[in-house]
Amino acid sequence: MLEGLLIGLQTAFSIQNLLMVIGGCLIGTFIGMLPGLGPMSIIAIMIPVAISMGDPSAALILLAGVYYGAIFGGSTSSILLNAPGVAGTVASSFDGYPMARQGKAGKALTIAAIASFAGGTIGALLLMVFAPALSSVALLFHSAEYFALMVVGLSAIAAFAGTGQVAKAMIMTILGLIMATVGEGALFNLPRFTMGIMDLQSGFGFITLAMAMFALPEALFLVLKRKELKGGEGEIKDLRITRAEARAIMPVIGRQSIQGFFIGVLPGAGATIASFLGYAVERNIAPKEEQDQFGKGSIKGLAAPETANNAACTGSFVPLLTLGIPGSGTTAILLGALIALNVTPGPRLMIDEPQIFWAVIMSMFIGNLVLLILNLPLIPYIAKVLAVPRNYLIPFILFFTLMGAYIGQNNATELLLLVGFGICATALKFADYPLAPLLIGFILGGMMEDNFARSMQLYDGIGFIWERPMTLGLLVIAAILIVLPSYRARRAKYRADGVSDGD
Amino acid sequence: MALDRWIALVLLGICLAYGYAAWFTMDGSLAPFMKRNPIWPSTFPKVLSVLGIIACSVILLGFEKAEVKEADIDYRRLGEYHLGQALMLLGLMVVYALCLRPMGFLLSTSAFLILGSFILGERKWHIMLPVALCATLVVWYLVQQVLGIYMRPLPGFWGG
Repeated sequence: MLEGLLIGLQTAFSIQNLLMVIGGCLIGTFIGMLPGLGPMSIIAIMIPVAISMGDPSAALILLAGVYYGAIFGGSTSSILLNAPGVAGTVASSFDGYPMARQGKAGKALTIAAIASFAGGTIGALLLMVFAPALSSVALLFHSAEYFALMVVGLSAIAAFAGTGQVAKAMIMTILGLIMATVGEGALFNLPRFTMGIMDLQSGFGFITLAMAMFALPEALFLVLKRKELKGGEGEIKDLRITRAEARAIMPVIGRQSIQGFFIGVLPGAGATIASFLGYAVERNIAPKEEQDQFGKGSIKGLAAPETANNAACTGSFVPLLTLGIPGSGTTAILLGALIALNVTPGPRLMIDEPQIFWAVIMSMFIGNLVLLILNLPLIPYIAKVLAVPRNYLIPFILFFTLMGAYIGQNNATELLLLVGFGICATALKFADYPLAPLLIGFILGGMMEDNFARSMQLYDGIGFIWERPMTLGLLVIAAILIVLPSYRARRAKYRADGVSDGD
Repeated sequence: MALDRWIALVLLGICLAYGYAAWFTMDGSLAPFMKRNPIWPSTFPKVLSVLGIIACSVILLGFEKAEVKEADIDYRRLGEYHLGQALMLLGLMVVYALCLRPMGFLLSTSAFLILGSFILGERKWHIMLPVALCATLVVWYLVQQVLGIYMRPLPGFWGG
């Protein structure tokens, strides 16, 4: 592990990668602040840039920087404007916005930054401990277990990712899997479902789909429903917090980092659930007199969701890096980018490409530090810039989605596909169909079919399901997850207006 | 019938067509040696089509009660939002897609950015023009020179 750490430090501290972290965090903060634009859109837009860099560590560092920058930026707009840009930061506005109203915007931002920093850092430490352990277990897995694990992941996503309807999320997952079968599979060398169209021979473009699912509908929603942004109340000043306040939030941060991390590890849960749960737990265990403060500007009520959502973001990297199975839309996009760069995340990643694994972890520490010491002082200025540009911003977002799809394939037909899928995705979003499961299904589809086919061939039929108890167990868990939708009603309540589907 | 059930109907149609292709059209052309395999190219799609049809029917038949709640945008009152602007922007994107090759990157992109902000109601030409032109040039420079992806800068007849 020590050796790995040193490799990671060496890679992460190269000038290029340091610039990537800083740039990613700044871009992420900037976009994450815009209400309605989630981390998935901005990561989707950044993918072509990351892929054309050609260096997987740098690409992953950049995208991860954008990811936590976006979460950080989202909490800024929750606090200052009560307009969360990301679902994972909705809970931060419960206490952050009242604090800003009381003229303590600076203090709220500082608490948010410290809580995010601590959550992210402790999360990264836990990742360092748990990821190698989990990946050594994962090395024992057989393709049958991989297949079952993906089924579990997809059904967990279907069960947690939507807004209360498992069937809708399931349809979207299956649709994603169906779209993944279009084109020529590696296993059979046969074009399938291309309807004789040459452009479909290589399947749908992953970047095009990611842009069409996230960036385009969110941009269209911004056009359709313009929220006028009111400036924050008063100036952002006095960023200091007192020693007593620091002591008050310390235990909250400690508890929520760990809880948030483990929630983030679960597929489909992610930052949104972690932050709401963190808020609820801290309110319940707070002393009576502090409980009344929650919702009126309690520093604990702000620190809890902030810590939890950042720890959960870090936690969501565990299944991606160790199993190669993304648990959320954002990590699914990261997985797609890695595959495009010829890196297959999974248990072998740590052995075959240790520099990528450790550099990403190291860059998480650096990124959190960057957010704390670089972004925090800049926040008042970034927030000012955002007051200007709606009319300019939207054409640019649309332009970047088009450019991303074009650069990926160098093909103008791809742009028409993008617009077509974008319209479909917007219609699906109107009807409250979750879009992230579709993309996750699309990305996992190929791998899932490969593993399924491999185990079918090894066992000469479907027998692998009952001959391998672990596979059977995992599939039973998957079935339970689909059948047991009672978790979901709770989640639906938390949806607020103008919030993109978090992570 | 609510929009989500209409969509489920459309998706059911897609799943049925997909299922038809998987169950009835794919296996005939399979090479004889591949037929001895426990898994065929159509196996996984067959499973998917069945699952998809089941899931679509669950929504279509209303087994899962959807609670009516205030959505972010209520599609029933779509006309009250800036629908025209959104549609015009989509149209602009299609036009851009068709023009990118023949018109060249520089012309079509700056036109796209200017018209985009014009559609959204911006009328400050002295800001719009420089912003769009600078952005176009910077992006073209980055893509062409830094990333090394060729994009024809000017229309073909100007020798671009």
